[in-house]
Parts: sequence; C-alpha cells; structure tokens
Amino acid sequence: MTASPLAPSVVPGPSAAPNPLFELLLRLGDDRLVLGHRLSEWCGHAPILEEDIALANVALDLLGQATMFLRLAGEVEGQGRNEDALAYFREAVDFRNCQLVELPKGDFAFTIARQFLFDVYAVILLDALSSSKHGELAAIAAKALKEAKYHVRHSGEWVLKLGDGTEESHRRVQRALDDLWRFTGELFAADAIDRAMQEAGVGPDLPALRAQWETLVRDVVDRATLTLPLQAPVLTMRGGRSGAHTEALGHLLAEMQIVARSHPGATW
Amino acid sequence: MVAGSPPVGRDELLAVLDEVMDPEVPVLSIRELGIVRDVDVDAAGAVTVTVTPTYSGCPAIQVIEEDIRAALAAAGHTDVRIRTVYAPAWTSDWISPAARMKLKAYGIAPPARAEHGALVQLMRRRLAPACPYCESRDTEVRSEFGSTACKAVCWCRGCRQPFEEFKSI
Ligand SMILES: [Zn+2]
Repeated sequence: MTASPLAPSVVPGPSAAPNPLFELLLRLGDDRLVLGHRLSEWCGHAPILEEDIALANVALDLLGQATMFLRLAGEVEGQGRNEDALAYFREAVDFRNCQLVELPKGDFAFTIARQFLFDVYAVILLDALSSSKHGELAAIAAKALKEAKYHVRHSGEWVLKLGDGTEESHRRVQRALDDLWRFTGELFAADAIDRAMQEAGVGPDLPALRAQWETLVRDVVDRATLTLPLQAPVLTMRGGRSGAHTEALGHLLAEMQIVARSHPGATW
Repeated sequence: MVAGSPPVGRDELLAVLDEVMDPEVPVLSIRELGIVRDVDVDAAGAVTVTVTPTYSGCPAIQVIEEDIRAALAAAGHTDVRIRTVYAPAWTSDWISPAARMKLKAYGIAPPARAEHGALVQLMRRRLAPACPYCESRDTEVRSEFGSTACKAVCWCRGCRQPFEEFKSI
C-alpha cells in the first residue's frame, strides 16, 4: 500500500515536511490507544462487576479502533512501521493524542466525566469522518462510529446517575467536569495539519464541530443537575497534537511499552 | 471477483466455511454471522477469504482466522490468504431469520433492527428485548456490556432469569 495521492499535494515542499494524513491518523489512533489504556486500569477495580466488564469492553473497542487507525497510519507513512511499532516504539514527544485522554484515571466520577466528554466528541468527529474523501479512513470511521454511539449511551447514563445521585456523587462529578473543562479546547483547535486535511476533503472543520458537541454535552449535564463552566476557560491546555504532553503520558507509556521493549520481536 | 472463479470450487469452499462456528457464539457459523464476506479461488488453487470483524476490538478475530485456515487445510486447501475489510461496516442486520431462531433457542435474544444514518440521539433509553426463555416483554437491560463485545445483559421479571441479548449495531 502507498500513501494516499491526496497527501503529497496538500503540503508541497521538502520531504521533511510532516505528511498531514499520517499526522491525522496518529491523532485518531493515539487518542484511542491512550484512553483505552487508561480505561483498562479499572479492570478488577471498578465499583461494581457490571461496570468492570463495561469499562474493559469500551477499552477493547478503543484499542481495536486504535489498531485500525495506526495500521493505516503506518501504511500511509510507508516506512515499514506497523501498528505495533507505532504503539510500542515511539517516545512521548511523538504521540499525538490530546491531553484530555492521558490524565490519570482519578476516581470513578473523573473517569466517567472524561469518558463522556470524549465519547460525545468521538461520535461527532467520526460521523464527520465517515464521509471523508479518503475511502479507508471513512470506512474505519463508519465502523468506529457504531461503537462510539453505545459508548456515549453508557457514559451519559452514568453522568446522569452520578450527577442526580447522592450529594457525594454529585460533588465528585461536578469537580471532575470543572477540572476537565480546560482540556476540551484542544479537541476543536485546528492547526495547519487540520486545515490541510479539511481543504483536501479528508478531515472535518474541527472548530465548527464544537457547537454541536457543546449542545449534546449540555443536554445531559443539565438533566444531571450539573453545571458547565459558563465561559471559555481562561487557561486552555493544549499541545498534545504536536507532542507536548503532561507528565502523566510518560508514566503511562512506560507501563504500556515495557514488555514490547524488553522483548523486541517476541510473540505469544 | 466471483465471475472468473470455477463455480464448483467456490461452492465447496463456502460449504467448508459453513462448518466454522463463531468461537463466542458457537451456535452460529461465521457465515451466518456475516463475518465471511467473500471467498475466491484462483486458477492455481490459491484461496482468498474476505472477512470483516464484528467489533473492531473483537479478540475472537484471530481465533476465527486460525479456524478458517484449519478448516480449509482439512479440506486440502493450504494456500490461503485472509483479507480483512472494514467497509461496509458489519451490522447485526446481516444475521438471517433462520440464524436468529438459532440464537433464541440457545438462550440469546436476537438483535433488534439496527439504526442507520441518523446521528445519535443521546440518552434515549432503548426497548429491552423479549425474554428468549418465556417470551415475556417484562424485561430490562441491566448492562450494555456482557460476556463478549456483541452481547448485553438483560433481566426477565416474568421468569426471574438473567439472559443475554445480541446487540444491534
Ligand atoms: Zn423470561
């Protein structure tokens, strides 16, 4: 497989220029790889058995989606890297996930609030990507969208339960929303990569998706008797898309990558 | 893809694949589930099986590939290539009425019709399926996530039993 013919025409110039399609696929794959790993940390620790199974199931879906996006990324790059090479043998600065997904899992309310914010984003983003001009990307997005739809039903129901639950659950999920809000700006911030992909008909108009996202988020948050921060956050955390991460990602990768790096080429 | 292949060879291959059961829902074959999208054999006898995963994280897909190879090898086909496609995305609507009856007899409520197109209507509660044991509609979905990616956990108030539902996607 070779790179999409769309890619080189988007960013003309020296070959050292980043391939925007490769970058876009890394962003999509890394978000899911990292968040899937965070969810897997609940395996055996969730508050009830059903939830333990649910979070592990969502983690598996995300890992499967990451595999598809990273495999395609490796093919587009054309340097012989497959999905495992990209997952296990890149350093933190080479990861392109948003910072939202790398934050430590926190308590159950934090995990649910983060998941809900991401799931709504995923549904809207994948819906837009399923009509991408890049056929393989569109196919993967259409498949992942089906899964994102029941992920959001799951996390949304939990936001309702916790928000409209006990004083303690309400307080915790509200605190989580307040803490997470400043990490949501990055989801819809378009850079040169995003604009190039949008112009090529491959990627969506990211900033335009924010209003729809906020409407869907607000609907659930209101019914959960919670409140969203009214204003755009004063301090917006971003940088993940270009490799600037919080300290948390390094620790996560150390755990995720150690087996593959200690035994390169091992199979089991 | 089909046009140029010897028809006898193809039918024979499909018959072999009819005997490969899904590892997680062993009453259905991988053809009945719609995992096998196509099979092709070239003049030299090389077989290509086109498959699509049910769920992108389905851990059974590797087992399924091994089972396909084993079944075809037992039928004398050792030059086998397995091609994975993602489009069109797998849907539970591909499960035939006959296969749905098998699911129900096995104690798994068959999937409702999948919704296509329209963007998600957040948080709308879906209808719980009828109990596969007693037909009662007095049921509830306990968890969207069951023993495998493709199943939800339900509860029947009629016969006071838990049961599984094959999710519709
Ligand atoms: Zn019953």
